[in-house]
Amino acid sequence: MAAYIFKRALIAVLTLLLIVLILFVLMAFLPGSPFNDERLTVEQIATLRAKYGLDQPLLAQFWSFVKNTFSGDFGVSYAIQKNVPISSLLSGRLPVSMRIGGQAILLGSLLGLVLGVIAALKHNTVWDTFCTVLSVVGVSIPSYVFALGLSYLFGFKLKWFPILYQSALPFHSSVLATVALSLFTMASIARFTRTELLEVLSSDYILFAQSRGIDGFRLIARHALRNALIPVITVLAPLVVGLMTGSLVVERIFSVPGVGQLLVEGIQANDYSVVTALSFVYSLIYIAIMLGVDILYGVIDPRIRLAKGEVQP
Amino acid sequence: MSDQKRADSAQNELFLAENALLSVRNLTVRFKTGYGVVGAVRGVDFDLKKGKTLAIVGESGSGKSVTVKALAGLLGENAAIESGSAVLRGPNGEKTDLFSLKRREMRRQINGRRIAMVFQDPMTSLDPTMPIGKQLMEGLRDHLHLGREKATEEAVRLLKLVEIPEAESRMRSYPHQLSGGMRQRVVIAMALSCNPEILICDEPTTALDVTIQSRILELIQDLQRKLGLSVIYITHDLGVVAKVADEIAVMYAGRIVERGLADEIFYDPRHPYTWGLLLAMPDVEMDSGELYTIPGNPPNMVGQTVGEPFAPRNEYALNIDFRREAPMFKLSETHYAATWLLHEKAPEVARPARFGRPPKRLN
Repeated sequence: MAAYIFKRALIAVLTLLLIVLILFVLMAFLPGSPFNDERLTVEQIATLRAKYGLDQPLLAQFWSFVKNTFSGDFGVSYAIQKNVPISSLLSGRLPVSMRIGGQAILLGSLLGLVLGVIAALKHNTVWDTFCTVLSVVGVSIPSYVFALGLSYLFGFKLKWFPILYQSALPFHSSVLATVALSLFTMASIARFTRTELLEVLSSDYILFAQSRGIDGFRLIARHALRNALIPVITVLAPLVVGLMTGSLVVERIFSVPGVGQLLVEGIQANDYSVVTALSFVYSLIYIAIMLGVDILYGVIDPRIRLAKGEVQP
Repeated sequence: MSDQKRADSAQNELFLAENALLSVRNLTVRFKTGYGVVGAVRGVDFDLKKGKTLAIVGESGSGKSVTVKALAGLLGENAAIESGSAVLRGPNGEKTDLFSLKRREMRRQINGRRIAMVFQDPMTSLDPTMPIGKQLMEGLRDHLHLGREKATEEAVRLLKLVEIPEAESRMRSYPHQLSGGMRQRVVIAMALSCNPEILICDEPTTALDVTIQSRILELIQDLQRKLGLSVIYITHDLGVVAKVADEIAVMYAGRIVERGLADEIFYDPRHPYTWGLLLAMPDVEMDSGELYTIPGNPPNMVGQTVGEPFAPRNEYALNIDFRREAPMFKLSETHYAATWLLHEKAPEVARPARFGRPPKRLN
């Protein structure tokens, strides 16, 4: 197991390095320069380039880029908030986004799991149809449409929750955004759980367990759910990342001061280093989640982990 | 009538043959499918005697698996037991009709504790995410309410019983770490964990290597003797049947077409279908290379059928075979066959001269 985790972690770090390289290359080959000002003389530009280390050879620049990025120094923003370090921009916004995203994942996967299990156990009944319709609707409605609907109904009409995010009420005012974000996750997890559970329930080992008198909750909890959840975990990982990109729009609607909003602003203002930093952070989160999923896989499915750290096909 | 008397009379109505552990009478199972209602099992009768082995033989789709699944309460949602009884004799002579039990009662009282099953494919019969020791202990803890330590001890004993080497360390193995033969041994150990009286083996060796097959059969027979089990084999392999069976029931299209003692079926078969099966059995001493096959395919059992389902494939078919199903004709106290050839007005037919010789019975 330790060898398996080590191997997965190594692959994760290498992937991250590759991403940093791609980011650097993209930036290096971007046309133009930050010092495109006609009032600057050739000497002044040379001074500025020397100040920012742009006169160094490409390899040296890459090395310092890697060093800085991995130590959390993403440079300064020069369009959104001039000369403010990007790391301090992120440190205010990242926790908000991650918290709301986390809430949405938790809510969505729990609800989805419950719906999926009900649908599978009550196969071909009204319950099943209800859960199936709900998950089809959930997958089909874009999160921003749902967000606007929620905002109108619970924010404007019923006034149960604030329409916009307020830092003073971090949980209460994030409920609507959370629900809006969780819809897609819930629907996907419900659909997947239902399909997988149905398949597991018709498997030989379930029949064999029943023939030994194992039934009801014991059967579901011990044998069915564990086996059904293995593939479900795989879809969960991209969903988590999907929430971060999906949150661009939803954060805007509820005016949540999160990284999604920062990314939109960064792109609009051509603030390259902000965009680069965010791309790096997104990749980091994605890779970390994938690593987590891989390890979780090994914990749940003994066929994945092997003595020599090799992964069976 | 007092309640007690009513209960007594209900007990008396339950048919249980003398000296039988289990009597199945007139079992009829239908499936609802997209193509219509399928008569999967149509009026099956048989008795299982204590300590004996009954083999139910037939092609795929003959209803043999459905019959035993009905006994174990494992039929799917689209199947219904239309009629019939399956009466099990209790330790004090009391009679239980398995079909009158609710699903919960079936699981609690019968499955694993009185009737256990071994399935065809040991590769898929075990939960891949759970160590075999833990799976083995489930029944011990749930049904027999043993504590963790006792259950572990008992599980190790069971693994040794089915001749698994290094039983203690194997407890922590996952199914994928064992070979097919080993897995089938584990499956048998699990089936036997709660001391059942009846072991149903649904094609227990079909998915295994030929060399492993006979070892598993020997193991089952050995355990049968040690534990006094009654065994029902479901199989299409007459070679397996010859090795283990005391009694044989041949099924075709949801009916038992011939049943009798193993010797009666192998050396004095009366039904043309049984003849076909015996002719199709490979025999090392037969010189001609070509193996006999029964022409045609098993019938589609959707909706109502007229006449004998086997008639279109039967070279001995009489006119009446196409119009009416044959009743069971009694040949001896133990031997029955359902073919019009046994009717007093039927013409004499010469049955095939020589069948394949069945393999020797184990021990």
